[in-house]
Amino acid sequence: MAVPQVKQDATEARLAGIALPEGAGWAVTARQAALARVREMGLPHGRDEYWKFTRPDTLIAPQAPSAALFDAGEAPLFGARDRLHVVFRDGVFDAAASDPLELAGIEIERLSDAMARDIHWARDLYGTLEARGQTPVARPLAALNTALATDGLVIRVTGKPARPVSLSYLHDSETSDVHLHHVIRVEPGAELTLLENGPAAARFNKVMEVDIADTGVLHHVRAQGRDHERRAVTGSFARLGAGSVFKSFTLTVNGVLTRNECVIELTGDDAVAHVAGACLGDGADFHHDDTVFVTHDAVNCESRQVFKKVLRNGATGVFQGKILVKSGAQKTDGYQISQSLLLDGDSQFLAKPELEIYADDVACSHGSTSGAIDETALFYLRARGVPERQATDLLVLAFLAEALEEIDDDSIAEELTDRLKAWFDRRA
Amino acid sequence: MLEIKNLHVKLEEEDKQILKGVDLSVEAGKVHAIMGPNGSGKSTLSYVLSGRDGYAVTQGGATLEGEDILAMEPEERAAAGLFLAFQYPVEIPGVGNMTFLRTALNAQRKARGQEEMSAADFLKLIREKAKTLQIDAEMLKRPVNVGFSGGEKKRNEILQMAVLEPRMCILDETDSGLDVDAMKLVSDGVNALRDACRGFLVITHYQRLLDHIQPDVVHIMADGRIIKTGGPDLALEVEKNGYADILTEVA
Repeated sequence: MAVPQVKQDATEARLAGIALPEGAGWAVTARQAALARVREMGLPHGRDEYWKFTRPDTLIAPQAPSAALFDAGEAPLFGARDRLHVVFRDGVFDAAASDPLELAGIEIERLSDAMARDIHWARDLYGTLEARGQTPVARPLAALNTALATDGLVIRVTGKPARPVSLSYLHDSETSDVHLHHVIRVEPGAELTLLENGPAAARFNKVMEVDIADTGVLHHVRAQGRDHERRAVTGSFARLGAGSVFKSFTLTVNGVLTRNECVIELTGDDAVAHVAGACLGDGADFHHDDTVFVTHDAVNCESRQVFKKVLRNGATGVFQGKILVKSGAQKTDGYQISQSLLLDGDSQFLAKPELEIYADDVACSHGSTSGAIDETALFYLRARGVPERQATDLLVLAFLAEALEEIDDDSIAEELTDRLKAWFDRRA
Repeated sequence: MLEIKNLHVKLEEEDKQILKGVDLSVEAGKVHAIMGPNGSGKSTLSYVLSGRDGYAVTQGGATLEGEDILAMEPEERAAAGLFLAFQYPVEIPGVGNMTFLRTALNAQRKARGQEEMSAADFLKLIREKAKTLQIDAEMLKRPVNVGFSGGEKKRNEILQMAVLEPRMCILDETDSGLDVDAMKLVSDGVNALRDACRGFLVITHYQRLLDHIQPDVVHIMADGRIIKTGGPDLALEVEKNGYADILTEVA
């Protein structure tokens, strides 16, 4: 289908004057192919089926809108953990602030270093999973990322490292416009925990391609925050082999615009994919969008989507989640729930849950709810002496708990829960 | 302790008068019981005193130790020492019973300008109180009232009362949904809290709760008013003859 003129124009406006970064032959080829995909699809437009609830204008504008920095004056998340710490400052690897890139059980290096070499394992993956994820729904901003990203990490997990890899995304420039791209390959039987934290940039476009071989395991936990004016579009593309596990959790607090896309392909039997998110939005300048697409293409796989959003003072939450079960994917166990807690009449939750099933022996369920705070529970708490604001916070935390429970590591779940309590006050 | 004077209350949403001039005075150290037929306004009285939304006071008032409690937020009434044991305790998924109790206790202490209780001291306190009410550790860990049986919910109310140590306790049909053994356990819990500084208002349909929690004064409520006040014998009379006689006698 031809790309409408209005989209072509917007796409060319965005690409005007941009030169593809240099690198080894395979990297250049991958970038050129990605750029061709961008032109073929055109950048997102408000009339696109999956962009009806979230305006893409500021994400595709040639110039990134500036974003004021926000200093919460608090210790960064995950800072007290024993970890391999890697820092990106406005999307650029900060060697001085990072630990040496060495950890038993993984090979890890900077994307730009990998791309400079003619022979590298990442060549088979870079842009590959992103390209696979473009059908049936186009994700042009991810292709744009593949074309333009110069920094990021390539991680090959060969064992079970004792420490998590923890990425900190610092935001120091009010005008930073960043493309970051990670490639992760988990080898058979290997297991890694990957943590991400921070606002990253004024406008942040991140892609993470994850290829999990048979029986491999990846735990992914990220916290996006807390700058109020930052924008982010992220794409996680995961392909799962037989008996492998991918668990991803995202906490989002603040941010004028966040679009998190997650595209999961279960290609081996008995694989498990859980993707969950909790978000806390305060104010009309908060817009948060989870767009998830899970494809079951193997037997006896399990997928779970658990998304909870708390919205107040005119905040907007979006959930677009799909489970696609292909014809051979018998014994699929698919689950999807999206819920919002609307603390006032000004906030809104827009949900589009979808199931598309071509196998006849599957169990798939989905549900979506929007509700206000339980007044009876609120009165009960107040009648026991808990002030209204504190009682509300307690009920909000209880609402989000179901999503936080998706995190396997209790100590990480606890750290996020404790932090959330302090974040109920938007400006604190 | 608790003084209710000529209290008139109507529903906020509709023009329906529920309480039509209640006068009641509960002294420290005393247990007052309110009995009455369905729809007489007993539960409304407990809700209005504890600050539930949906009611409008049109006349009269209520004070606790001289303070106008009707002007206070529900949490301020609790901090002032008022406690309502709910007829239908509320389930709160996702909030642990222990967290709930500790948050409530410390919120009250803070409101009264007292130090918050440490986690260790709180644990000691709750273990001791829970034991006498036969509430096990498992029940304390579970979310508030979620999956609790009727008896467990009522025992949990009394546990909260024991931990929060209010000055004025209102029990709204605490006996409903209880079997004989549970009623004994709950009553023992209440009786253990009886002392010279604390007042009780026990709302019930039936005399049998009053066998266990023996009242000093019994009131009969009908059509939004206290229509008769007497000693413990009045409850026995109701048990024997029902409300009909009293209603006729007053009319």
